[in-house]
Amino acid sequence: MTPSSSNTSFRWPSDRLLLWLLHGAASIAGAIVILIAAFLILEALPVLRHISPLRFFTDSSWHPAEGLYKLTPMLWGTLLAMAGSVLIATPLGIFSAVFCHYYAPQALARPYRRLIELLAGIPSVVYGFWGLVVLVPLIGEIHPPGPSLLAGILILTIMILPTIALMADASLANVPQHYLRGAAALGLPRGAAIRGVVLPAAKSGLFTGVILETGRAIGETMAILMVCGNVVQTPSSIFDPIRTLTANIALEMAYALGDHRAALFVSGLVLMTMIIALTIAAEWISRGRR
Amino acid sequence: MGEDRVETLNRTQNPREWLATVLVWGAATLVTAIFSWLLGDILWHGLSHISWAFLTAPPENAGRRGGIGPILVSTALILGVCLAVSLPIGIGTAILLAEFTSAQSLFGRVTRRSLDVLAGVPSIVVGLFGNAFFCKALGLGFSILSGGLTLACMVLPILIRSTEEGFRAVPVSYRLSAASLGLSRTTTLLHLLLPAAVPSLLVGLVLGIGRAIAETAALIFTSGYVDRMPESLLDSGRALSIHIFDLSMNVSGGDANAYASSLVLVVLLLAINGTASWLANYGLHRKIVTI
Repeated sequence: MTPSSSNTSFRWPSDRLLLWLLHGAASIAGAIVILIAAFLILEALPVLRHISPLRFFTDSSWHPAEGLYKLTPMLWGTLLAMAGSVLIATPLGIFSAVFCHYYAPQALARPYRRLIELLAGIPSVVYGFWGLVVLVPLIGEIHPPGPSLLAGILILTIMILPTIALMADASLANVPQHYLRGAAALGLPRGAAIRGVVLPAAKSGLFTGVILETGRAIGETMAILMVCGNVVQTPSSIFDPIRTLTANIALEMAYALGDHRAALFVSGLVLMTMIIALTIAAEWISRGRR
Repeated sequence: MGEDRVETLNRTQNPREWLATVLVWGAATLVTAIFSWLLGDILWHGLSHISWAFLTAPPENAGRRGGIGPILVSTALILGVCLAVSLPIGIGTAILLAEFTSAQSLFGRVTRRSLDVLAGVPSIVVGLFGNAFFCKALGLGFSILSGGLTLACMVLPILIRSTEEGFRAVPVSYRLSAASLGLSRTTTLLHLLLPAAVPSLLVGLVLGIGRAIAETAALIFTSGYVDRMPESLLDSGRALSIHIFDLSMNVSGGDANAYASSLVLVVLLLAINGTASWLANYGLHRKIVTI
């Protein structure tokens, strides 16, 4: 719906200047992603040139100073923390959107929605700090040491919950009212109507929400860095400390040089690839909706 | 929502219905409880340390004592650089996408797609890029300028999306009338479309500010850790979020000031989010037209 693009010509010199300026601005904005990818690759090249990419999986450990670059423990850390938090946050988020739309009394639904919006705005470093001083000692009492995969999963859950809750809220709002009226007319009770009619109708919006929260969980750095203990190991239990790819970059970037620095950019590339794959998946789902 | 809510039967004597009701209410209670716990904890421990002196004094003894004065200044400067760069680029892009490109044009599609990807790039990866590009390739070093520019990259997608929606919401009749009066596109834009789109531009701006001051990971190795009062934009400056991180992770005995700093940051963000939703609810209902 842009009525202006072809109807009237750009007669005025000022209009041509304007269009030129706007194209300039948009080119810069559009080029940032390409620039990011280009610089990640450029900085990763030194190590990729003389090390086969396979060695990031087959090396015996992560000791960059000795030329050992095994990324798998960190990859496991990222994937496990992500999987755990998405598994808990998704039902919680969907339930809380259902609460807003179908269960809460009018007087409660609005403040509850505002609360979720506020949660979405709290910075990750504050979540991390709270996790560090409140959650980690609590977990330490149940099962030492405290900083652990579990702490990471719980903090991530709280952080990505608003994303899925707000997305689910928006997609429930888009379900046509007559679907629910039909269900009510058939005598379906509330829970059954939501399970059988509303949620299937809102399916693609919910999937998009899950993809968005997955992206946030993969990319989160500060909170994870503060509560996970940052030991490079593949965890054998939920109480083991872990280190994620993002935390690894944040921890070692300050002093990394040469191949070590390049290896950190490789892990940046891995993260970027995951995010692009998720964006494509989201695009694919929303295209299916139309 | 909810004005014409469809009432379904509420049969809680049916066990499955009962279970659903319990689960839904349970989830909502749990979320509320966690949120109150978090905010209450920060308020409880932070409030007693907040004073005018804390907000203005420089940090002492690695931040264990003293205040956050220079840190607030650095944060404001980083934010200033971020907005000075992202606002013109963001508004320009939004105008181009909303007014001067059709949905099918290749340029518009590519730009929009790349902004979608940019919105999802993890902040630590943007930080890596900022370090490689602004600090090293452009030679700006660890500085407020590098940090602000890195943040500008992160804020652009939010800013553009919100502003673009504002322009799309202006009725087509505005443009047609302006064209029939023989106004130039520039005049139409500046006097007719831009004022009408201002409220959503402001929402985008406020959300962008919120994102920028909450950001930590992108700043660690672009604007740096130095907690002195910055003397120029090329000095390293510590943002408030990095101060909290440093106090809680690297400084033993820094928790009291970390709590107080967290409270300052949360209050700032709540104020910002409040402004955004007030603007969205109040400002967007009436279209301001000045000519």
